[in-house]
Amino acid sequence: MALKEKYDVIIIGAGPGGLAAAISAKQNGAEDILIIERDLELGGILLQCIHNGFGVEIFKQDLPGPSYAQRFINEALSLGVDTLLDTMVLDISPDRRVFATNKTRGVIDVQARAIVLAMGCRERTRAQVRLPGTRPAGVYTAGTAQRWVNVEGYMPGKRYVILGSGDIGMIMARRLTFEGAKVERVLEVMPYLTGLMRNYVQCLLDFDIPLQLSHTVHRILGDKRVEAIESVQVDERWNPIKGTEEVIPCDTLLLSVGLIPENELSRKAGVIIDPLTGGPYVDDGFQTNVPGVFAAGNVVHVYDLVDWVTEAGFAAGKSAAKFALTLRARENRLIPLRADENVRYVVPHELNKDSLQEGNVRLQMRVKTPIEKPVWVEVRSGNLLVTRRAEPYARPGEMVTINLTPKEYDEVDRASELRIAIVPR
Amino acid sequence: MPETKKVICITCPKGCTLEVTSEGQTVIKVDGGCKRGHEYVRAELTDPRRMVATTVRVSGGIHPLLPVYTAAPFPKGRIQELLAELRKLQLTAPVRMGDVVLVNALDTGIDILASRDVHPAGEVTAGH
Repeated sequence: MALKEKYDVIIIGAGPGGLAAAISAKQNGAEDILIIERDLELGGILLQCIHNGFGVEIFKQDLPGPSYAQRFINEALSLGVDTLLDTMVLDISPDRRVFATNKTRGVIDVQARAIVLAMGCRERTRAQVRLPGTRPAGVYTAGTAQRWVNVEGYMPGKRYVILGSGDIGMIMARRLTFEGAKVERVLEVMPYLTGLMRNYVQCLLDFDIPLQLSHTVHRILGDKRVEAIESVQVDERWNPIKGTEEVIPCDTLLLSVGLIPENELSRKAGVIIDPLTGGPYVDDGFQTNVPGVFAAGNVVHVYDLVDWVTEAGFAAGKSAAKFALTLRARENRLIPLRADENVRYVVPHELNKDSLQEGNVRLQMRVKTPIEKPVWVEVRSGNLLVTRRAEPYARPGEMVTINLTPKEYDEVDRASELRIAIVPR
Repeated sequence: MPETKKVICITCPKGCTLEVTSEGQTVIKVDGGCKRGHEYVRAELTDPRRMVATTVRVSGGIHPLLPVYTAAPFPKGRIQELLAELRKLQLTAPVRMGDVVLVNALDTGIDILASRDVHPAGEVTAGH
């Protein structure tokens, strides 16, 4: 695939938000669309969410994650969206230049008329929940374990404790049980379940996996490998209650303790982040404070359902297409004003043809060398003389002016550039 | 003697709590939830079933596993048996989403389907 220099819409991230944005941008008139994805394939985290329960709202069907993704992948590819896989975006400038890199192309520098940020979110880690104890192998986020078990084919351990009753944690409890592991306990620091009730039923109750609310990990025990964790009950202010400690032998601790929108790139582009959601401030078309930069999906705030991420992607893609088309229309009306014979420069540098329908446009310039006799100031489109004006002489110290008027609109409308020269009469 | 108990519906993400009154295996009354929820509760008392999603081995793709799922909810009591059966499978790329990887699993009449495409490794399906 030959990369274009400029795209109508560049989308960062090929999860459900990004794919939906690409499809909707295309359907709303954007022509050149590029998705940049750091993984080896399109689809995002849905590819590792092999459980069913996706698409109930949009497809009225109960699909596994990979099938949900596949439908959108197929649609995006059939619409002729360009993709860069295994590619890391390094930087986005506020004027929508995207810098990325991959193994085959080296450094990539592409310009976008509009950008959709669709980087999703990342998992909160051990450090972010300040779990005390030693630092043995065997402490992973639930999503990392999910990737290993469901995609890459590794089992991270045999006996598990899961901290956090979020959906990924509960779904992993069932999944690990399917693969022959023993899940000893799910601990939740809040006094209520943080994931969906249906997952409590079909992932924990179905397999007699005990859930303890208002409990957390007090210590991690083990030197090279996790040998046990010590759990403890907490009061309403999350303070451990003395005397409730319990040592639970296990070799792996999974953390399902929340997701944080992934906005490192957004910040580089000058996007303002709402400290409450962790995602950009957006308007009703999902545009951020930076004109032409939109955001969709879990990068904005963490959703419960992928269908809602898809809807956000559709909305952001539509707005991005609209923005890009407006810009493109304006670009088509802009022509350069070039300094020709004996002219050092002309201001303005570019002319919007439509300005001539509203009134005169004044061009100002300086000559290169003095001409101490009568001159013509000429504006030409190719060989065609658009307009000219007589001056008694031209000197570098004295600015020269010529007006384009609505009378010249037809000639200018057909021009691809205008050249301005100052020549002896 | 009819007894009343609470059942959490897992049909959709809402997770409604339904109150079901039954005598033995006969459902007398269901309160709360929607039509699909009522169907779920009746089935749950007589023949509980679950959608099952797991992976099977596949060679020749960019990953060693293919995600698969049951075409319809599967008898809950036989899930471990089904998983053991699927562990025996070894597929080869290419695989297309919806391909039947196991027909009529354990004579339940339920097929096991591929959740996604797996292209042969190295075959370019999208840009790099």
